[in-house]
Amino acid sequence: MAHTEIDIDKVAKLARLDLTDEEKQTYSAQLGQVLEHMEKLNALDLDDVEPTAHSFPLSNVLDEDVDEPGFTPEEALRNAPAQRENQVVVPKVVE
Amino acid sequence: MPELYEQTAAELSALLDAGEVSSKEIMSAFLSRIDSVESKVRSFNSFDREDALKQAEAADARRSQGAVKGPLDGIPVALKDVIAVKDQPLTASSKILKDFVSPYDAHVTELLKEQGAVLFGRLNLDEFAMGSSTENSGFQRTCNPWDLERIPGGSSGGSAAAISALEAPLTLGSDTGGSIRQPASLCGCVGMKPTYGLVSRYGLIAFASSLDQIGPFAKSVEDAAILLQGIVGHDRRDSTSIKMEIPDYRAALTTDKKWRLGVPKEYFGEGLDPEVRAAIDAAIKSYEAMGHEIVEVSLPTTDLAVPVYYILAPAEASSNLSRYDGIRYGHRSAEAKDAIDVYYKSRAEGFGPEVKRRIILGSYVLSSGYYDAYYLKAQKARTIIRNDFNAAFEQCDALLTPTSPTAAFKAGEKADDPLSMYLSDIFTINVNLAGLPGISVPCGFTSGGLPIGLQIIGKAFQEAEMMAIAHAYEKQHDWSKRTPAL
Repeated sequence: MAHTEIDIDKVAKLARLDLTDEEKQTYSAQLGQVLEHMEKLNALDLDDVEPTAHSFPLSNVLDEDVDEPGFTPEEALRNAPAQRENQVVVPKVVE
Repeated sequence: MPELYEQTAAELSALLDAGEVSSKEIMSAFLSRIDSVESKVRSFNSFDREDALKQAEAADARRSQGAVKGPLDGIPVALKDVIAVKDQPLTASSKILKDFVSPYDAHVTELLKEQGAVLFGRLNLDEFAMGSSTENSGFQRTCNPWDLERIPGGSSGGSAAAISALEAPLTLGSDTGGSIRQPASLCGCVGMKPTYGLVSRYGLIAFASSLDQIGPFAKSVEDAAILLQGIVGHDRRDSTSIKMEIPDYRAALTTDKKWRLGVPKEYFGEGLDPEVRAAIDAAIKSYEAMGHEIVEVSLPTTDLAVPVYYILAPAEASSNLSRYDGIRYGHRSAEAKDAIDVYYKSRAEGFGPEVKRRIILGSYVLSSGYYDAYYLKAQKARTIIRNDFNAAFEQCDALLTPTSPTAAFKAGEKADDPLSMYLSDIFTINVNLAGLPGISVPCGFTSGGLPIGLQIIGKAFQEAEMMAIAHAYEKQHDWSKRTPAL
């Protein structure tokens, strides 16, 4: 956890986020500082501690398997940036 | 008689019941109040005047037929712009959702509609609820009604400012690390975060799903109880929604019970503004004078709040926000060269700096090689934080703390220093990590006239008791009744 240098290009690619050179510099520096603050966790003895994902874990929350009305195609596509014949239009994926 | 917009929801509801005013008159009073102060405060991203008046007229028609649906019928409620209302805009104050129109109602929206509340307005916030000052909004800066050069807190800054500027009697916000309680404290109103699982998150734009909760803002604890009552209940569409018997929160406010109240010494250390400290000390004395017992308790994990939260919340956010890819909805870049480039460029153009910062941080702590060092470690530390609260609650019924270490700061003061901004949530974050309920009530003013908030932290699902404790304090003082000069 001593790594406070972020490989910003790798992380930006994981997040599918274009960053300008200026953003890369700013975020690397700021996040390095934030990650340093997180070093506090290293002082804790956490070997025998169970992780908490949710404060009040519920398990096997099941629902009846029944169909019910959903959106009409018009409703579902209302916010689409581009559409044609009830489908979302995207740039060509294969040449 | 005071102006309609100056009155609490409980008072307005009584006037409606007595036939002294109509819902349309109430809504009109708030709309003209908005007309006179909104250019200074800027709480709202948008509001639909005609739709609001139409709902109010429908409430009046119901009333004339004797079909009143309860205390919220005909009362205006404004919503943070992360809560879905069918056919209304839903932006999360982000350019990436600038033109989005919600195709469905959130669970809380459905419930409030069933009870006849007049739902109007989309309230400003830090983009995707990430921030503590509402400066991260992609659209506008909301001003603190007590000092327009200062921030209203965040992320639910619009929800808090609208209450204290008397633009709405009731509003809803959401709280992931303090986003209801901190702005309530900084704007001098009541703000309450329910126990995780009490209110359905269906239709709330997700930030950090294991921490997010919707909750009420109001002028008084009684009003907060009325609005809470209106939004609780099991919902099968949120798998973390709890099934339990719901108490009558408003009725539970009146009690002669004497409580044992814990004061965690770690909340009174370095970084706490002396004037805030003096106001909290006075509030504690006030409880003592009312005959309640004060005990000192210890929460040794208090300073883990920021490191744990700023691992878990960005991790969950980076995953939740991966859905904004420019394909099915939201902003799509016109510059993209191919399909994959749509993702990179739409996200780069649509998200603001703080959201990008947290997506990067979250992607980093979840990435291969760092997961155990950060994410898993933070989840384990979360267990210790929760155990800490459990131990404290063996000695007391509720905890009394400051809500925020300082009063409202000036706009721009912390904008370039994310860590110092993150540290302003140091007293509220752990409550979310432990899933507990918390409420902020006004408890004084700084010498410069800025509001100070007292945080009361309750036991899980003991909102009724927590609000009764808040109410007991509130009725001894007139802090909640003061309003800013606008």
